[in-house]
Amino acid sequence: MVVVFIPFKALGHLIHNFIRELGRMGCFLAESLFWMIFPPYLIGRVIKQINFIGVKTISVIVLTGLFTGMVLALQTYYALVKFGAEMSLGPVVALSLIRELGPVISALMVTGRAGSAVTAEIGIMRITEQIDALDAMALNPYKYLIVPNLLAGIISLPLLNAIFVVVGVLGGYGVGAGLTGISSGTYFGGIRDFIQAKDVLEGLYKSLCFGLLISLISCCKGYHTGYGAEGVSKATTQAVVISSVAILICDYFLTSILVT
Amino acid sequence: MSVMIEVIDLHKSFNGHEVLRGINLKVKKGQVLALIGGSGKGKSVLLKHIMGMMKQDSGQVKVDNQDIRKPRGKALRRLKERFGIVFQGGALFDSLTAFDNVAFPLREKTKMKSSEIRVAVLQELARVGLSGAENKYPAEISGGMRKRVALARCLVMHPEIVLFDEPTTGLDPLMGKAIHNLIRDCQKSLSFTAIIVTHEIPAIFSIVDQVAMLYEGKIIAVGTPEEIRTSKDPVVHQFISGELEGPISVK
Repeated sequence: MVVVFIPFKALGHLIHNFIRELGRMGCFLAESLFWMIFPPYLIGRVIKQINFIGVKTISVIVLTGLFTGMVLALQTYYALVKFGAEMSLGPVVALSLIRELGPVISALMVTGRAGSAVTAEIGIMRITEQIDALDAMALNPYKYLIVPNLLAGIISLPLLNAIFVVVGVLGGYGVGAGLTGISSGTYFGGIRDFIQAKDVLEGLYKSLCFGLLISLISCCKGYHTGYGAEGVSKATTQAVVISSVAILICDYFLTSILVT
Repeated sequence: MSVMIEVIDLHKSFNGHEVLRGINLKVKKGQVLALIGGSGKGKSVLLKHIMGMMKQDSGQVKVDNQDIRKPRGKALRRLKERFGIVFQGGALFDSLTAFDNVAFPLREKTKMKSSEIRVAVLQELARVGLSGAENKYPAEISGGMRKRVALARCLVMHPEIVLFDEPTTGLDPLMGKAIHNLIRDCQKSLSFTAIIVTHEIPAIFSIVDQVAMLYEGKIIAVGTPEEIRTSKDPVVHQFISGELEGPISVK
């Protein structure tokens, strides 16, 4: 082959792989949604996965939410002091957490803690023929494995986001009160006056989308894992990287749509 | 005896490599057939096609004269429930105990009470010689015990057709013989039709009615164990006798 064509071939290969992966994920989502609609509804499996994805991530969310709120208050305070607007600390911290940092950081935390584990678990089930065993028992693997994870992701993320925001706002108040002696009435009253329902809804829509995105990518990567331990390890890494990047890209587009 | 499973001109390729090149095979009701052939030559692939877990490029698999790719929804579920499979590695759910593994299909597929499930599971575990091991996890038991649990999980739903994918691979000769005897005893008491993919030659000959040999993507010989043992076909003869010299090249 002429050397000059090699970069084009590589680029074409990359685009081809990207489109194929998108198509596979689209088909995977369509099949999952199809099985989500029809009974039987495995409520027990959904609750189990909410416990795994949601409840077991609460400690991480509380910790990261607390420190995010604290550092946000710290940074914002020194910026606001220059304009003599330190009384606006509460609304600025709360708005940043509700609209942006809460959904994004809580989604990234869930990706790292639960998304990777879901991919590894489904991947190991695939390579040890446990998924084939489900199929052999006439139990649909989508219904039994994928749908509960998708629902758990969609339900858990908004709740974790809410915890993140509440803890973050409290952390921000702690720092604000320590630095400026701002009263709780001023801090929380400002939040009540400035924050509107559409701000909360923006955060909610984002975390719903991120919840679906994380569980979809994690399940799909695990379900279509390669061979052996190396295949599972590769699928897990890809799930975390793709989920994290997708969250940030999706965040931009969601913000641009929701803000306008 | 009527024909239970019929494979007609089955073809399957992976990435341009043709693994199955026109398989034709019949298994009669209540018969036990051993499927022999070289490693990586498509025996497990054929088994998964018979089970309906893979889609063929062309050809048909019929069960009781019904194409297994035709039914949808409930009919497909009912067809699948007629099958049981014991996977090569057991495919036990590693987060569940032996008891829960065997109870799993009963809990998910039937409306039996937990007391009835308990009785059925303990009975099945006793049948495969695993009384007392019900609370152990798959990681805590030996390979032979895992195969027994897998067999118990398969038999607890009383399937009409049972497929075994190398049920004695990785086991010592004594344990292998014990598993063979267990399969024979279970088949005699439950009268299921069975296909056993195996390399255990000639040990498998004592428990099967028919032997089929897969070579280069086709079934090249079918017959009773005695007919296969005395076959004049050079490929069959080389494979049975385990000689390195002959038409089968070992790479």
